[in-house]
Amino acid sequence: MATRSRRLALVIVSVLAAMIAGDAAAAPSRELVVSVAISLKEAMEELGRQFEASHGGVKVRYNFGASGQLAQQIEAGAPVDVFVSAGKAEMDRLEKKALVTEHDRRAFARNVLTVVRPADSPIDLVRAEDLLEKRVARVVIGDPRTVPAGRYAEESLRALGLWEGLRPKLIFAENVRQALDYVSRGEVDAGFVYVTDVTTRSGRVKEAFRPPDDTYGPIVSPAAVVKGTKQPALANAFLDWLTGPDGRAVLARFGFLSPPAGTR
Amino acid sequence: MTGESLSALALSVRVAILATAINTIVGVPLAYLLARRRFRGRAALDVLVTLPLVLPPTVTGYYLIVVLGRRGWLGAPLYAATGWSIAFTWYAAVVAATVMALPLLVRTARAAIESVDRDLERAAHTLGRSEWQTAMEVTLPLARNGIVAGLVLAFARALGEFGATLMLAGNIPGRTTTVPLAIYTAVQTGETGDALALVALLTGLSCVVLIVAGRLGARAT
Repeated sequence: MATRSRRLALVIVSVLAAMIAGDAAAAPSRELVVSVAISLKEAMEELGRQFEASHGGVKVRYNFGASGQLAQQIEAGAPVDVFVSAGKAEMDRLEKKALVTEHDRRAFARNVLTVVRPADSPIDLVRAEDLLEKRVARVVIGDPRTVPAGRYAEESLRALGLWEGLRPKLIFAENVRQALDYVSRGEVDAGFVYVTDVTTRSGRVKEAFRPPDDTYGPIVSPAAVVKGTKQPALANAFLDWLTGPDGRAVLARFGFLSPPAGTR
Repeated sequence: MTGESLSALALSVRVAILATAINTIVGVPLAYLLARRRFRGRAALDVLVTLPLVLPPTVTGYYLIVVLGRRGWLGAPLYAATGWSIAFTWYAAVVAATVMALPLLVRTARAAIESVDRDLERAAHTLGRSEWQTAMEVTLPLARNGIVAGLVLAFARALGEFGATLMLAGNIPGRTTTVPLAIYTAVQTGETGDALALVALLTGLSCVVLIVAGRLGARAT
């Protein structure tokens, strides 16, 4: 009994040791850490794959989260090379604190807000006012303090004069994908997400309606090289790739629109 | 402290008190059963109660959603019947805190009950006391300090619960945001001052709880 457990312990230790050693050996020559707004996850992963393929020896590592959380991490000194934000305000905040520079910052996409409901929900929603109905018990938006999609949702609901009335029903999600997840699991009756999010859960959620686009935004997403990066050239190359024809093709495939001319 | 921090504190205390009360009602009998009775499924029950201690809290939270969510095993029939679901209410925070704190109480109380001299119980038996009377008049009073120490630890755990609460109750300011969640949000949004005040408060409270539990534990042996 004792020798058996000792042998088991030995096996576990050697497996762990192999994993640690393997991980260290597998480190590529150049690594680019990119903090990405989670709404851009699939598009950026695809873009990163292409970037890696055309830049030998480069490994792109992602840090996904709500734009506000990612910006906060960078303010706290996170070792990030590139910040890809969903909203403009988060990037403005970093620029004001001189953590990104105007020169190394570029708008790369535009997005549109939509309201989704569980695919099997019996509640038919066709316009924003319907959310006030009694049958609608819970509505999820991203936490406006850290989630751009939530902030735009608040902006739109305020413009429509529905914010105060809807407040008791509102649930704040950590990021826009969590909002989408709550809807897809049927825990809530409706949620505000980006149109580009819907396809990641098609079949489980359905678009109900889109808030009038003059009530919020425009939602322009910027990316920038983070000050203090050890690889400014590579980080800039990534930005060029993102805003160049290859990046635009990938983004378009995932449903993102081109940023309005002259925005940054 | 801001109003939001204060409401988080009030909610945390309310949740911890309720979770501890439920744990007293459920946990002490469980501890007694596991300590003194031999029955089928005892090992399984032991594992089930202890799991939240070793599982990542988010995994426990996920299980709670699977069981209690609008489409959960228990949550779906409840929602169909009443149109109400526990998820994203402050009751969900109580459930999460209760489940997460239960193993601390059960393990501590069980050890205390097991250390009670069986001869004393047998003597009570011979003098005509039923098992229930023996438990109430002999076993539990003798194990009291260990049980109270377990309750104190469970209270502290309930006060600090984060992961499972976030999963099941969400993080709704003024409704389900407990102190640990408020700290998380404050750090995420860079409101360091607020976070610091809450961190200091929770650290102080936890120290008091540990000192109390330590004294009770020392007296128990």
